[in-house]
Amino acid sequence: MLRKLHKYFALTMTVVILVLSLSGLALSVIPAWDKIQSPPQLETELNVAVLAARISSEYPEVEQIKRAPSGRITAYYFSSDNAGAVVIDPATGKGLRDYETFSVVQWLTHLHRAFLIGDSGRLVAAAGALAMFTLSVSGVFLLARRLGGWRRLFARSRGSLAGRLHVDIGRFSALGLIMASVTALFMSLNTFEILPQERSTPAFPANVSGELGFDPADMPALAAIPVSELRSLGFPYANDPTDVFTIRTDRGEGYIDQGNGDLLAWKDAGPWQKLFETIYMLHTGQGAWALGLLMGLMVLGVPIMAVSGLVIWWIARRSRPKMPKNAAAAKADTVILVGSEGGSTWGFAATLQKALVAKGHAVHAAPMSRFNPKQYSHAKQILVLAATYGDGTAPASAKGFIEKLAALETPPSAKVSVLGFGDRQFPAYCAFANLVAAEAAKKGWQELLPFETVDSQSPQDFARWGINLGKVLGHDLELAHEPARPRTHQLTLISRREYGIEVQAPTVILRFALPRAGILARLQGKGFKRFSAGDLLGVVPQGASVARLYSLASGTRDGFVEICVRKHAHGLCSGQLLGLKVGDSIEGFIRSNPEFSPARGKKPVILIGAGTGIGPLAGFARANARKRPMHLYFGIRHAESDLLYGAELEGWQQEGNLDSVNIACSRTDQRTYVQDMIRRDGAAIATLIEEGAQVLVCGGREMAAGVAHALNDILMPHGLSPIHLKAEGRYVEDVY
Amino acid sequence: MKSLLTTLALTSAIILPGTVIAKTITLTTEMANYRGPGAYLVIYITDSKGVYQDTVWVSGGKSKYYGHLVSWYRATGAAAAEINGITGASVGSGRTMTVSFDLSDALFDAGYQLRIDTSVEDGRDVAHDVVVPLTSDKLGKDISGRRYIKRFTFR
Repeated sequence: MLRKLHKYFALTMTVVILVLSLSGLALSVIPAWDKIQSPPQLETELNVAVLAARISSEYPEVEQIKRAPSGRITAYYFSSDNAGAVVIDPATGKGLRDYETFSVVQWLTHLHRAFLIGDSGRLVAAAGALAMFTLSVSGVFLLARRLGGWRRLFARSRGSLAGRLHVDIGRFSALGLIMASVTALFMSLNTFEILPQERSTPAFPANVSGELGFDPADMPALAAIPVSELRSLGFPYANDPTDVFTIRTDRGEGYIDQGNGDLLAWKDAGPWQKLFETIYMLHTGQGAWALGLLMGLMVLGVPIMAVSGLVIWWIARRSRPKMPKNAAAAKADTVILVGSEGGSTWGFAATLQKALVAKGHAVHAAPMSRFNPKQYSHAKQILVLAATYGDGTAPASAKGFIEKLAALETPPSAKVSVLGFGDRQFPAYCAFANLVAAEAAKKGWQELLPFETVDSQSPQDFARWGINLGKVLGHDLELAHEPARPRTHQLTLISRREYGIEVQAPTVILRFALPRAGILARLQGKGFKRFSAGDLLGVVPQGASVARLYSLASGTRDGFVEICVRKHAHGLCSGQLLGLKVGDSIEGFIRSNPEFSPARGKKPVILIGAGTGIGPLAGFARANARKRPMHLYFGIRHAESDLLYGAELEGWQQEGNLDSVNIACSRTDQRTYVQDMIRRDGAAIATLIEEGAQVLVCGGREMAAGVAHALNDILMPHGLSPIHLKAEGRYVEDVY
Repeated sequence: MKSLLTTLALTSAIILPGTVIAKTITLTTEMANYRGPGAYLVIYITDSKGVYQDTVWVSGGKSKYYGHLVSWYRATGAAAAEINGITGASVGSGRTMTVSFDLSDALFDAGYQLRIDTSVEDGRDVAHDVVVPLTSDKLGKDISGRRYIKRFTFR
C-alpha cells in the first residue's frame, strides 16, 4: 500500500514537483541576499517616532514606510506627481538607492506558486505540495521498513548507486521537504480562504481631531514601538484632515491622530494571523535567512531523488521476467506464489514454471499478495517462493499474505511447499519464509515438502529442492536455473609485490586499478560496487565456471583494488593470478561481506592473522584515519622473506594507525606462532576485551582454531569466551 | 488587452434613485507599466469632502487583500453588501479595463467625486490613485493617476 502510494505519486507528479523544487531552490537564496543588501540597523533601541522624523525630513512627501523581515526599510513617496521608492539608511533617514522589485524574483515566485497562471495553477501547486508530503512521509516509512526498523533509520545504505542516492539524500532532505510541503499546503488553504481569515485592521475611528501637522517625532504611541517590530507606517494623505497615521507592527494594527498624536484605535493580531505569519516565515525563510538556505540545500536533493527514483522503478520493472503459458488460477493444478522484493525470486519462479509446464502441468504463477485459495479449484499443490525484506518483513509482492492466510477458516485443500530465498550474511535469513511456513503449520495446511531455503541465489540449492519436488510429483524435475551472474568488470594490474619464495610460500600482493564506469551504469547498479577492506573480490579463472573469492585489502576510498594471493600447489586461480604481469587484466566482481569489518565506534580492535590473512587486516589499518586503538598479531614464516606489508606496517605504527605490531615467525629460531604471542600478551588482551575490544581473525582454519583456543584460555578466568564474544559480534572470523 | 464591459444594475439609492432619468456612463481605466502581478483596485463615489457614498467596481478576487485598498476599506470594511456582483479579476500592468453603469443625472455636477484606490503585491497601497469630480466638463477628458493608473476617463 505504502509502496504503491509512493510510486503512484512519484510517477504522476514528478514534473510538477520538479518545477516547484527548482523554483523554490532559486528563491531560497533570496532572504540571505536581502539580508546582505539591507543597510544594518546599528542603533538597537531605535524607535519608530525617531525613524519617521528622520525619513519625513528627507522626504516630506513620504506616504508609507515599510520594514521587510530582512530588516530592509523602504520609504514610498510622491514628488511632483512621480511615485518613488527608496531603501533607507535607518541611521540617517536618507535614501541609499531606489527600491526596485526584481522581475526575475517575481517571475520565479509566480511560477512557484501558480505555474504562471492564476488560481488553477495554484491548485496544481497545492497538489504538488500534497504529493511531496505524501512521498516524503511514505518514503521515510518505507526506508525504516527496508533498513529493519526505526532505530536503524541511519544504517549504511546498500545497493545500486541509484538506490543509495535515493536513500541517503532522502534521509538528509526528508525533514526539510516535509516542512516545506506542510507549510505550502497551509498557505494554499489560506490562499483559497478555507482557513479562517483574520484581519487585524481596527474599525476606522468615527471622530478625528481634524487638526493637521503634529510632528510624528513627538508621538508617544510611535516612540513606544521599536523599529525591529515595525511592519509599516502609513502617513496621512496630504491636507486631508479626516486622514490618520496607520501603524502596523508584529503585534497588531492601529490609527494615530495626525493633529494630536493620540492613539485612536488598536487591534491585536489574532492567533490565526500569528500562526500564518510563522508558517509563511518557515516556508519562505523571510526573516530567517539561514533557515531559507538550509531548506534550499534540502530541496537540492529533489531532482536527484526524482532521477534515482525513476531509475529504481525502471530497473525493478524490467527485471521481472515474462512468463508465457501462465494458466488461469481456476484451471491450474499447480499454483506458484512469489514473494519478491527486487525481482530475482521471479527468475527462479520462471524456471520452475517452465520446467513444470514441460512436464505437462497447468501452472499459475502470481505474486503472494494475490493469494486467493477460493480460485484454486483444480490446484493439487501450491508452491510458495518467498524472499525476505529487511529485518524479516514481507517483501513487496507478498504484502498481506500472512493476514489472508491467518483469516482462512480452513486451509486450502492443495498441499503446500514453502521455499525461502535469502542470504546467510544477513541476520534475518529467510525470516519471512519461515514465518509463512510457521503460519501454514499453525493452520494445519498439509505439507507437500518440508520447508527449505536457497542461500545467495544458489542454483545447487534450488536444483536439490527441484529433485525432491519431482519425487513427490512422481516425475523427474530438473531445475536448471542460471541466476543472473554477477556483472564482472575488467581489472588491470598496476603493481605486484612478491614475497615468500625462499620459504616455499610464494605470495603476491596484487594491486589493480579501480574500474571506471559511466554515471548511467552506476545509477543502474551496473558499476563496480563500492567496497571496503574485508569485502570479497570474486575472480572467475579462465577455464572455470565458479568464482574464487579473495578478501580485499583496500576500499573504494583507497582508489585501488588490492588482494593477497598465495600460490597453491594445483590452484587454477592462484596460478593464473601469480602469473599476472603489470598491465594484464582479469574479470572480477565485488561481493560484500559486511560482517567482517571493525564495528563502528572508538573501542579498541585486535587484528589477528597469518599469511595472506594479513590482507583485510592491513586494509583496516590503512583505513584507520581516526586512529582508534588497533593491535596487530601477524604470523609469518620468516621476517626476511614473507613479511607482507613490512614497510607499511612500520609506517602505520609511526602514524598511529596501529598501536602495536606483533610478528610471530615460525621458521626462525624462535619458532613462534600467533597464538603463542596471544598467550604471551594474555593479560593485556583480556583487559582490552573487557573494555569492549573487538577481535577480527583472518587466515587459515588451523591458525584460527589455535587462536580461538588460546583466547578461550585467556578469557576463561574473566568469565568470557570466544563463543560468547561471537554472539555479540565482537569476535569475527574470515577463514579459508 | 483585457477589456471588461459590464452593465451594472445597482439598487443603490445614490447611483439609481428610483425612476429618475439616468444615463449610462463608461469608465475606462488604463494601467501604467509597472513591475509586479495584477493590481487590485476599487472605484467608488464620495461626496465633495471625501465621505464615502457607494462602490462602483472592485478588481481583484481575494477578499483578504481588500484591506490594502486603504481609504475605501476604512469606509466600508469591504462588507459583502457593498461589493456583491460588482467584482472582477485584478488588472495587470499596461492593461485597460472598462466598466459601464447607470448613473442618475442628479449626481452630475452635484459635488460628488469618483475615486480609485489601488494596490500591488510587494509594491504600494495607493489611496486616491485617482480623484476626479463628477462634472460634465470632465466627460471624455483624460485624467492621470498618481501611481498604478496611467489614464482614467468617463463618458
